[in-house]
Amino acid sequence: MASVSTTMPAATFARPNPLRICFKEAKYEFLKCLRLPMYSVSTMLFPIMFYVLFGLVMGRQTIGSISTSVYLIPAYGTFGVMGASLFGTAATLAGDRGLGWLQVKRASPMPIYAYFLAKVVMSVIFSTVDVLALLTLGVAFGGVHIPTLVAAKLVLTLVSGSLPFCTMGLAIGYFAGPTSAPAVINIFYLPMSFCSGLWMPFMFLPKFVQKIAVFLPLLPPYHLSQLVFHQVGAGQGGPILWHWESLLGFSLVCLGIAWVGHQRDQKANG
Amino acid sequence: MAIAQVVSIQRSRAHGTVAEIQGASKNFGSVRALVDFNFQVRAGELTALLGPNGAGKTTAIKLLLGLACPTSGRVSVFGADPAEATTRTRVGAMLQVGRVPESLRAAEHIDLFSSYYPNPLPISETLAIAGLEELRDRKFGDLSGGQKQRVLFALAICGNPDLLFLDEPTVGLDVEARHLLWQEIRNLLGRGKTVVLTTHYLEETDTLADRVAVINNGSLIAEGTPAQIKSRTAGKKIRCVTQLSAAVIRDIKGVIDVQADREAVVIQSNHPESVLRGLLSLDLEISGIEVTSAGLEDAFLALTREEK
Repeated sequence: MASVSTTMPAATFARPNPLRICFKEAKYEFLKCLRLPMYSVSTMLFPIMFYVLFGLVMGRQTIGSISTSVYLIPAYGTFGVMGASLFGTAATLAGDRGLGWLQVKRASPMPIYAYFLAKVVMSVIFSTVDVLALLTLGVAFGGVHIPTLVAAKLVLTLVSGSLPFCTMGLAIGYFAGPTSAPAVINIFYLPMSFCSGLWMPFMFLPKFVQKIAVFLPLLPPYHLSQLVFHQVGAGQGGPILWHWESLLGFSLVCLGIAWVGHQRDQKANG
Repeated sequence: MAIAQVVSIQRSRAHGTVAEIQGASKNFGSVRALVDFNFQVRAGELTALLGPNGAGKTTAIKLLLGLACPTSGRVSVFGADPAEATTRTRVGAMLQVGRVPESLRAAEHIDLFSSYYPNPLPISETLAIAGLEELRDRKFGDLSGGQKQRVLFALAICGNPDLLFLDEPTVGLDVEARHLLWQEIRNLLGRGKTVVLTTHYLEETDTLADRVAVINNGSLIAEGTPAQIKSRTAGKKIRCVTQLSAAVIRDIKGVIDVQADREAVVIQSNHPESVLRGLLSLDLEISGIEVTSAGLEDAFLALTREEK
């Protein structure tokens, strides 16, 4: 090959296709997580296992006006979406940040939005599979009858609920260390799920937990699950718009925190 | 301080400057990682950046990759900001990294990184250059340390960049793998690529580098060809097995220093011929004579010691 001219202008190069980069980034992010049993099995297994146990095996009672097998689809759906999104963003981001891989990516011409978009897409895919699995189980074995349109809305709402939890994952991922990230995620994930009534309906929770009900509006899983409860006719608190607004507000706060973390990283690296 | 620049006659190449750090300082809080640092990378050459741990090598590389901004001073790559996307499409980097996604296969990693560049090499060619053809479907986590280094090397070259940064590329490689990688680096230079290398192995610098920049405590302390750097330490070394005592040897004209080395002695001198004549006339039983130039290693130690 002839020697390289150093004055060759960069403009003569075609730009790589950003859509193609985003597609590949998302594809490999998905494959990467799919092949990690710690991620793929645990995010899928727990909501489904809980649903089979409490929704199908023990679920011949009713909660309020609906049967347990219906009630638990929004509840464990929210739980699954939250887990897939939090672990999909926070754990991978904290690892990539802390152990130098993000730096290798940043030194390449990869547009940084492709990196984050891939995590969101991956989380949305896992969330969708989670929700569809619950719905299928409920219809096939739990005697759940939901009109197709309602079922479609339920799936869409739950899956779009992945986005606020992705922003929460970014906020955690920018502050947690690579090894401590899963523990930090669980510190938020499990108590938040419990207090939002995802594991058992709010009225069955211990009295002292019920006392903190005034703080419920601060919990995003509460808002997401309430939106879906509305769709199956079991909504309790507040107008629908308020829940959407709360999720949006929560996402913006999380993005703000993630931004602070990003700036902090930039400063530490230079 | 600075050694006069000599036109490299080793290979005939275009000698424009492709990357440059001008009077850059970089502070991390109260730590001064670089102090008024100047560094140039010339087209088609391999420039080695040498220095002890914590000297500022990695900081300099980060500035050139646009991963960090200088506190003061200027950095340019291909005449532009190194952090710009268009600049980065012409640059490849092999950095030290603690963890790489382990569940992706070697070829998948390369496929992804190739998509970032406008004119990447075909994946099969990248695999061939990095010696990964047989390992293409192996997951990263199942590879040995040396094989992992080869994947990282492949990620650096897959975009067919004009300028390549290799940060300690042969760490953890066995002798054979190291020599293979050296050959690959020579092939890249043969194709007109420019390479910046940091390394702890001075032998690596000696075999590969057109120019060496020695950095210590954040400043450039020497720059030149490997031969020029070596010439900064005095003379030659004579190693031999002799009955003569150190005091007698020291009296021979031209001897600078004498040190015992296991069964032999090592004599340092600027005039090895006259010292050898003296040794041969005084000790008829003398054996195992070796005369060597002071290596890059001696020069490096002398240079970094001077600084202290």
